[in-house]
Amino acid sequence: MNTSMNPSSRPQSTNHNPETCLSLQNVSISYGNGKNVAVNNVFMEIPKGKVTAFIGPSGCGKSTVLRALNRMNDLIEGCGLKGRVLFDGQDLYDKRVDPVEVRRRIGMVFQKPNPFPKSIYENIAFGARINGYQGDMDELVESSLRKAALWDEAKDKLKESGFSLSGGQQQRLCIARTIAVEPEVILMDEPCSALDPISTLKIEETMHELKKTFTIVIVTHNMQQATRVSDLTGFFNVTDLVDYEGKVGCLEEFGETERIFNSPAQQATQDYVSGRFG
Amino acid sequence: MYWRNGLCVVSAYVILESPMTTSPLASSGHRPADVAKSTLHRQPNLPRNRWNAVFTVLAGVFAAIVVLPLLLVLAYVVIKGGSSMSLKLLTDLPPAPGMTGGGIGNAILGTLIVSLIAALIAIPIGVGGGIYLAEYSKSGPFASFVRFGTNVLAGVPSIICGVFVYGLIVATRIFFDQSYSAMAGGIALAVLMLPTIIKTTDEGLKLVPQELRWGAIGVGASKFVTITRITLPTAMKPIATGIVLSIARAAGETAPLIFTALFSPFWPEGLFNPIASMSVLIYNFAIMPYDVQIALAWATSFVLVMMILIMNIFARYLGSLNRI
Amino acid sequence: MNGYQRFFHGSTKVCIDVGALPMSLDTKADLFRLRLRPWTEKITDQSFRLLATVLASLVGLILAAILLTVLAGSRTAMATFGLGFLTTSNWNPVTNEYGAFTAIYGTLATSLLSLLIAVPLGVGTAIFLTENFIPSKARQIIGMMVELLAAIPSVVLGLWAIFVMEPFLRPLLNSLHATLGWLPFFSTEPEGPGIAPAILILVVMILPIITAIARDSLSQVPTELRQAAYGIGTSRWGAIFQVILPAAISGIAGGVMLSLGRAMGETMAVTMIIGNSNNFSLSLLAPGNTIASMLANQFGEADGSQVSSLMYAAFVLMLLTLVVNVLAQWVVRRLSLRYT
Repeated sequence: MNTSMNPSSRPQSTNHNPETCLSLQNVSISYGNGKNVAVNNVFMEIPKGKVTAFIGPSGCGKSTVLRALNRMNDLIEGCGLKGRVLFDGQDLYDKRVDPVEVRRRIGMVFQKPNPFPKSIYENIAFGARINGYQGDMDELVESSLRKAALWDEAKDKLKESGFSLSGGQQQRLCIARTIAVEPEVILMDEPCSALDPISTLKIEETMHELKKTFTIVIVTHNMQQATRVSDLTGFFNVTDLVDYEGKVGCLEEFGETERIFNSPAQQATQDYVSGRFG
Repeated sequence: MYWRNGLCVVSAYVILESPMTTSPLASSGHRPADVAKSTLHRQPNLPRNRWNAVFTVLAGVFAAIVVLPLLLVLAYVVIKGGSSMSLKLLTDLPPAPGMTGGGIGNAILGTLIVSLIAALIAIPIGVGGGIYLAEYSKSGPFASFVRFGTNVLAGVPSIICGVFVYGLIVATRIFFDQSYSAMAGGIALAVLMLPTIIKTTDEGLKLVPQELRWGAIGVGASKFVTITRITLPTAMKPIATGIVLSIARAAGETAPLIFTALFSPFWPEGLFNPIASMSVLIYNFAIMPYDVQIALAWATSFVLVMMILIMNIFARYLGSLNRI
Repeated sequence: MNGYQRFFHGSTKVCIDVGALPMSLDTKADLFRLRLRPWTEKITDQSFRLLATVLASLVGLILAAILLTVLAGSRTAMATFGLGFLTTSNWNPVTNEYGAFTAIYGTLATSLLSLLIAVPLGVGTAIFLTENFIPSKARQIIGMMVELLAAIPSVVLGLWAIFVMEPFLRPLLNSLHATLGWLPFFSTEPEGPGIAPAILILVVMILPIITAIARDSLSQVPTELRQAAYGIGTSRWGAIFQVILPAAISGIAGGVMLSLGRAMGETMAVTMIIGNSNNFSLSLLAPGNTIASMLANQFGEADGSQVSSLMYAAFVLMLLTLVVNVLAQWVVRRLSLRYT
């Protein structure tokens, strides 16, 4: 058990708070059929309509936690989760829950841009179609590209392959693809790590637009980025665990970004945000 | 075979490197005292350099020996078979023994029909099995059993496929009380093609980057949609290449056909009767004592080899196409 | 509460405050008809999985069916001749006495001897085609020619062997008999078809396989390893024998085993040139038989106990190739663990 757990991140009650979008209750995730514990005993309440950032050193399990939020970890063999992840009060890991439906409501943007080998138009239309979109597809493609700040650059080559775009444009195409299906939550796993600073800036601007409409959870290595885009920040750290060999990730501190970066409660957080390690 | 190579390595060490300890270019720790005076010029007479030259020449000769039969076979097929090409040859029935003229029209048509039957059976099964291996069960006992079984099936001699289909279909007269039939031949060839198609599908799908699958699943696609709309189309080229190659191989196979599809001197009479094929025609006519038939065997070889080479080159072209 | 908010099946705890939701969701999300997956979609998903599983399991089913068919067909012969079938060389359809020793000997002799010739040739060619002895363009062309050689049907090679190779070889084999005739292996007069021409055509057939697999394995040896070898002053062939070949050994050994299996089961070219004689002779210049050629030659016209005996022989061939192929997989796994 992680003794340095911040009490404020514990759930006040088991009753569902309507302002809470995602609620993690004592979540532990392991790989290799329980052999390697990636992250231990996470409690967290992610509010609706806010940007929440996960920061922390490599191997602290922040990406693992993010992928647990829309059950992407299901795709990794031998990955198991203990505890509960509630989305609007529903346990995502309930036996009756269909992970495909979860992912239609909680979309994801990945670390590496991964456009489909289709045209730019089809990249966006694909997700909308499988979600049974009945409206005007052209309109949806345009509005999604506009929201992802890609319309001006891509409007003249909608029929060209998604791979014809630059890396930053590809990542914005992936964001457009995700917002086209109108999820409630968008998970972003280090979306700018493979991009140059200018593309990063464009994507951050896009995020400012998006947070008016969506709940966003973003994993980032870049602390400036966390301060620029997020309302709340969760700092993950690696600790040694009693009765366990090797390092295990845990949630060190979780709160408003302002507070985490200016007056953190934990020494480790202070050290990390001031650049002393990590 | 391992010990053989081990032996090679040991003897090669003795031949190629031991002279170095006594040579002026020795690089070992025990350098002779006169090392400073030694020259860096290449000394062709060093045992090391001589042996290297010998091996290089030997490897070149080996390569020539390997390529030579191909050129000879191709040359003879083109000269002896290509010279008798005519439209009549491609469209007529083979002559009766002792007669002249005639063609191989029924055999060409028969090969196409039997290969088509085989492809129609083997492609769905093979692609489905490959999808299972690559997309549904990467590890686990059942998947490794299927992989092992695929490798074993790939190693089953083609004649055994023929024996199997003979025992299962021909001898039991399962199809409308017919014994030898085009259908039986097609099934035998399908058994032969199956492992290749499973393997290429499995490997082709594994080449699809994992991120692409995540992308589809991340926008809420189900597994079925992810596979049929994203993964499979992306891996289409390697899979198509494998399928074309396996059809080309099946089209040239004889052993599984000689006692399943048998042969027929007539035009194909439906799927449940014996049928002619080019490969069986070559086999039957090559051992006949008539020059006309032997000439036809060469002509058929020409047609068959050209067909197979074109399919191989087409497969190569498919494989070389860039992805979107 | 509209349909869109009724999320997980039969849930009771849904309590979304519509006002708290971002505005545009309500209006737009209604357009997504399939946010809740219809049952048809789930059925498709599951039946596709089931279909793929069934199709995959067909491989095992076919293997079992092959084994059972051959085994069932050979039951009578197994009961009649027992293991003596493997060591006697009578093959008499008139008296119904059968023994497959000639064919088994022929199968082993042709495949092993052809391998003996083909391995050095194939591996040497593969080295020639992966190391930079000649420009890469030329290497590619030769490599492609070798692969095309593999595509030539064996029946065409058989035709070529009968009418071109064998007449050409005859004087050579004659002189071999004249000078080395005191050896039991060359003790008979060459009379056209025989084991020796069959071995040579098998060499032609398995060379492309060995060359292609050895070439693949060699080209997968990391450049760093090559550079390391040259960096400490090894000569070119020293690097090849001591570093590159050992690193590629698993693939090469696997390829050799696979070609052994192929050579054992190869039918048409061998049938057309081996002479199809059931009289046992140690001499390589005499006509002989392999299991595969015996099957190809006799199966069509056989009946009764001859079919059963042929099935028994087929079963022996299957076991031989099975052992070789399983061994090949084992060798690859075993050796690749050691070297990479």
